[in-house]
Amino acid sequence: MAVIETRDLTYTYPGATKPSIKDVSITINKGDFVILTGPSGCGKTTLCRCFNGLIPHFYNGTLEGEIVVAGLNVADHQIHQLARHVGLVFQNPENQLFALSVEKDVAFGLENFAMPRDEMRKRVDWALQMAGISELSERPPHELSGGQQQRVAIASVLAMQPDIMVLDEPTSFLDPVGAEKIFEVINELNKKLGITIILVEHRLDLAAKYANHVIVMDEGKVVLSGTPREIFTSEEARLIGVGIPKATRLYQQLKQNGIDLKTVPVTTEETANLLREALKHD
Amino acid sequence: MIDVKDLHFTYPTGLEALKGINLTVNDGEFLAVMGQNGAGKTTLVKHFNGLLKPTKGEVLVDGVSTRDVSVAKLARNVGFVFQNPDHQLFSETVEDEIAFALKNFGFEEAVIEKQVDWALNLLDLTQYRKTSPFMLSGGERKRVALASILAWDPQVIILDEPTIGQDYQQKEKLRQFILQLNAQKKTVIVVTHDVEFVAECNPRVILMSQGKILAEGIAKEILTNQKLVAQASIVPPQITQIFLELADLGLPTDVIDVPEATEILLERLRERS
Repeated sequence: MAVIETRDLTYTYPGATKPSIKDVSITINKGDFVILTGPSGCGKTTLCRCFNGLIPHFYNGTLEGEIVVAGLNVADHQIHQLARHVGLVFQNPENQLFALSVEKDVAFGLENFAMPRDEMRKRVDWALQMAGISELSERPPHELSGGQQQRVAIASVLAMQPDIMVLDEPTSFLDPVGAEKIFEVINELNKKLGITIILVEHRLDLAAKYANHVIVMDEGKVVLSGTPREIFTSEEARLIGVGIPKATRLYQQLKQNGIDLKTVPVTTEETANLLREALKHD
Repeated sequence: MIDVKDLHFTYPTGLEALKGINLTVNDGEFLAVMGQNGAGKTTLVKHFNGLLKPTKGEVLVDGVSTRDVSVAKLARNVGFVFQNPDHQLFSETVEDEIAFALKNFGFEEAVIEKQVDWALNLLDLTQYRKTSPFMLSGGERKRVALASILAWDPQVIILDEPTIGQDYQQKEKLRQFILQLNAQKKTVIVVTHDVEFVAECNPRVILMSQGKILAEGIAKEILTNQKLVAQASIVPPQITQIFLELADLGLPTDVIDVPEATEILLERLRERS
């Protein structure tokens, strides 16, 4: 079942001479784990802003075509209505956090929904726990490390229990182990709670194994859409400069040199297993 | 040359961020500073242009202690590109942003114009000359921040997490560009978590943990040392992970990048057939 559907979506920021996204037609299904990627400036963030109505309601500008999110036509529904369904985690957590304590930040969205206090307490505790930061609840967000802030940002969105979470490079400031932990949190939300995930990401080596759908944008358009395996082996993806995981690149290099491992690996485990087979058999 | 001698630094909050760092960075060197969040990487490099002054010990840039020179003066030789471009950008157009420091340094108008054109072109920003930096994407703003530093041609360039938000092609350009700077005897210091980027560049690496230097050596040694890497909250490059997995088949375990891996595997597979 589609939770996001766009048809010929085109958007131009106020004062801009050309559209930032153009004729975007995509379908994202409920429970999908989508990676949205493409060169910097290709329109990824702009498209994400359409999912929760920031475009057109906050940014104004000109929106053409159609976009339906969680059954709601974005053009006809306000940001606060869409916010119940779509949570957006920004690229830079500093742009999102503002309260004096972590739990106040996490509770903020719920307060706006006028949720009863007990229920709110439960939700906040749950969200903090899911994000792995229960022990930080009393701390001021601005004193936390980048990684901790990124977790707070995720918890505040999670507390709203959205159907869809859009995360714009949520691990960009984290060390690799910290990044992997965040991806695991996101993966759990997806697999256990069935939340649809849209992850904007360049570092596909870390994220690829969780995704079932990759969308590649270039110059405001969707140029590729398919499974990670399809996308990573397409010549087009390489030419656009998609950061194909090294595990897949090694497969491609061997293939170009006459060694075909038959199946396309996406993770290091898969590549290692294929190589083990090949080295044994020959 | 940058000489760091028994450097200690404690923030006013009492946080002891650096606990006795000794390090020499030579002219024309490419150094990557790696380690977990909060290890003290950014605190360390902020000492190189005098943004922070040692609590104890000293930092010498070309033989002069950073205590004795103003940041403004040090900046002429040591350019610093922040992790978050929004901490750095403020002008109304990309062009003004890049020209700003050049004007402050008192360059002539003609030189400024030439340098701005050069930097815009270098970082693929010419089309945004008249655009507000704040209209650009995160990755593009990062490039504007870099362009504004490169424009005045400092001897040492410090890049804090330069690959964040950059796509693969931009990263490859950055890599080529750093090599080019090195060839001109410029020093490039990169603070980064991006193990794949480091694996492609193979620079000297210092690995930091809890305010100290845990290890130093070339990337190929450091990134393939499982124990060290785990201590610094880093994950080995994907290629290394694959080769570690296959160590029992007699494959080397110190492989970090695709071309080398391909060569080794082709040889092994051809031998057998």
